[in-house]
Amino acid sequence: MQRRTHRLLAAGALTAVAALGLTACGSGFSSGDGAGSGSSAAALTSSDDPLSILIGSSGSHETKAVSSAVADWSKSSGTKATVTAASDLTQQLSQGFASGKPADVFYVSTDQLAGYAKNGSLLAYGDQLKNKSDFFPTLVKSFTVDGTFYCAPKDFSTLGLIINEKMWKEAGFTDSDVPTTWDQLKTVAAKLTTSDHVGLALSPQYARVGAFMAEAGGSFTNADGTKATVDSNANLQGLEYVQGLLKSGDAKFSSDLGTGWGGESFGKGQAAMTVEGNWITGALSADYPDISYKVAEMPAGPSGQGTLQFTNCWGIAKDSPNQKAALDLVEKLTSTDQQLTFAKDFGVMPSVKSAADTWKTDNPDLAPFLDSASFAEGVPNQAGSADVVAAFDSKMSGLKTADAKALLATTQKQFAAVLSQ
Amino acid sequence: MAGRKRPPRRQGAAGWLFVSPTIVVLGLFLLVPVLMALWVSFSDWSGVGSPLSSGVKFVGTKNYQQLLSGGSLAETNFGTSLRNNAWYVVFVVPIQTAVALLLAVLVNRQVLRGRGFFRTAFYFPSVTSSVAITVLWLFLFSTTGAVNKALSFIGVHGPNWFNDPDGIVHLALRLFGVDRGPAALTGHTALGVSWWDWFAGPSVAMSAFIMMAVFTTSGTFMLLFIAALQNLSSEVQEAAMMDGANGWQRFWRITLPQLRPTLFTVLTLGLIGTWQVFDQIYTGTRGAPDNTTVTPSYLSYTTAFGSQQWGQGAAIAFILFVIIVVLTLVQRSVLRERAVSKRRMRLYDPARLTGAAATTAKETSR
Repeated sequence: MQRRTHRLLAAGALTAVAALGLTACGSGFSSGDGAGSGSSAAALTSSDDPLSILIGSSGSHETKAVSSAVADWSKSSGTKATVTAASDLTQQLSQGFASGKPADVFYVSTDQLAGYAKNGSLLAYGDQLKNKSDFFPTLVKSFTVDGTFYCAPKDFSTLGLIINEKMWKEAGFTDSDVPTTWDQLKTVAAKLTTSDHVGLALSPQYARVGAFMAEAGGSFTNADGTKATVDSNANLQGLEYVQGLLKSGDAKFSSDLGTGWGGESFGKGQAAMTVEGNWITGALSADYPDISYKVAEMPAGPSGQGTLQFTNCWGIAKDSPNQKAALDLVEKLTSTDQQLTFAKDFGVMPSVKSAADTWKTDNPDLAPFLDSASFAEGVPNQAGSADVVAAFDSKMSGLKTADAKALLATTQKQFAAVLSQ
Repeated sequence: MAGRKRPPRRQGAAGWLFVSPTIVVLGLFLLVPVLMALWVSFSDWSGVGSPLSSGVKFVGTKNYQQLLSGGSLAETNFGTSLRNNAWYVVFVVPIQTAVALLLAVLVNRQVLRGRGFFRTAFYFPSVTSSVAITVLWLFLFSTTGAVNKALSFIGVHGPNWFNDPDGIVHLALRLFGVDRGPAALTGHTALGVSWWDWFAGPSVAMSAFIMMAVFTTSGTFMLLFIAALQNLSSEVQEAAMMDGANGWQRFWRITLPQLRPTLFTVLTLGLIGTWQVFDQIYTGTRGAPDNTTVTPSYLSYTTAFGSQQWGQGAAIAFILFVIIVVLTLVQRSVLRERAVSKRRMRLYDPARLTGAAATTAKETSR
């Protein structure tokens, strides 16, 4: 009996030693308990430590552009900085936060923001930005959680109507026929539908269908994002309009056309129109260079024009030992000139108003995307909302035959549950 | 204990010394992380700093409750992932075991020419990276891919494989005009998923993954079966032949019972592997379409890393652990060595075999 106690003791000691050893390995562990509110403008940390920047890059163009911008800043500021393109951004960020040694500056998406803000990994530096008033207000709203502006919008995209010029002409349309109302969209979509291609192709997800809900005046939450309003009549109207297009055969989901997204259906010539963001320009010139197309603003619904916008921000880690330099870098990266350079390098839209006019002159064909900023709406950014949107998306591919009202009611229940947490 | 003679003390110390590297490595990289994950599953750790730091609180079984009750989205997602994976297991484990055994018996035959080639060919998918095979599968099973092309030659319009969320049981029922389930099934739910949806069967997308699993792992298990087959003594086979058993009978009555330990290994490994399917989902569909390819291990990953719900993610992992352990125990008790039943015994009754009077035979066998 005594011998067994000894053994237990030995095993316990071993576990304790191992646990201690582990704790010692993660040197940042002790400092990681400060999950405060982060709203107060506390003094920023400052040191000589080099900065590490972690980006979720869309490709080599973006990585190169960001790297060279950071290198320029590094030269002028004297602070060393390295840019890493993440292969799985969320995972690499999470590992950094858990170990207490996160990247100093990194991309944060709107749906990740609330989670990181809640667990105290993000520095809420928005109010300290010198160019704060220059950002589009709807973008600032996307990165505001509980009244705190967390991080600087990096750039943004809006949804527009992309039209295949060749098919457009074949159907006998001219520039004046570009649809500006739902009825017109339905008419042109019907006329553009032939045995070879469908009038309109959409990806089956909230991030496309949601634009039509916005045009009907609907949204997943009320204006300040505190109450779920998924089951509103406006949302139902928007969803039923899309359902009507699907039922009449004038529109099809990309999944039913056997492609991964609307842009692919459009590029392959399976559809005469699609609803996509400005990222489609890069994809089309890379994969389908022969397609000539034009961009139009989304048509107006019963409550006027509406579209969705998507954006990322430059997050700064709360655990960063050199927040001051990080803030300086972010100000440089979001400056008017730098954003125009990024726009040229990898086709994004600048998040500051002061760059808008130059961008529109540089990209006259894409101007509708930027013009849409005035009526664009952000996607839900509450903690847990990403799961609800994912669940909604999972029902989208069956929208054609689904009960739209019941579908919204389910999502309403889920969203309300998330908001009450 | 007191009656047993103790080994000399020094010898024990030496023993501990020799195993200590393994214990330390296993403890550090296996036991401690597992215990930490167990703690996380009972805590409100938010993914920042150490889970053992003072700010992290014990929340009891809250994380587990959210997954198993309450009607939240977390429960529905977890129920869906269990449904998907259960169907995956139900199809993959029996099929891959049967195929592996068949291949092993085939390539083990003396008369087969070029056995080495076939063995290598069948084993090849197992040693290829699962990511590479997943990408290959995505190409093969795309709407305009090779599989649908091949199907079109025989006049079948192939499905939109990786984009089709319809369950194959539902599809089969649709052939008989059953489009909506009876109210008894659609009206009641378990883990946030209606009974009608539990019986949907694997989605078409999941079926493609099922085929892939059979394709890749059958080769591995074939190897185990070949090794076992080569260990069987030929005397028993010859004795059976002398008794007049044909090939079919010899396989079912002589070979298969002797393979029981290997069968147990193959089924156990298959069960564990299929309940933990992750890479294919992560590189392939990421849970799409309609969440019909989400598995518990993938859900655990997205819950923790994506939604920052670390406690819930860890809880999913431990529920999965319990499921695997329970199923392995069940399988062990099903496959255990049993005394031959009386009904079975009668088949081998010498009196019956020689056609002697049945009544006396029964008397003696009792």
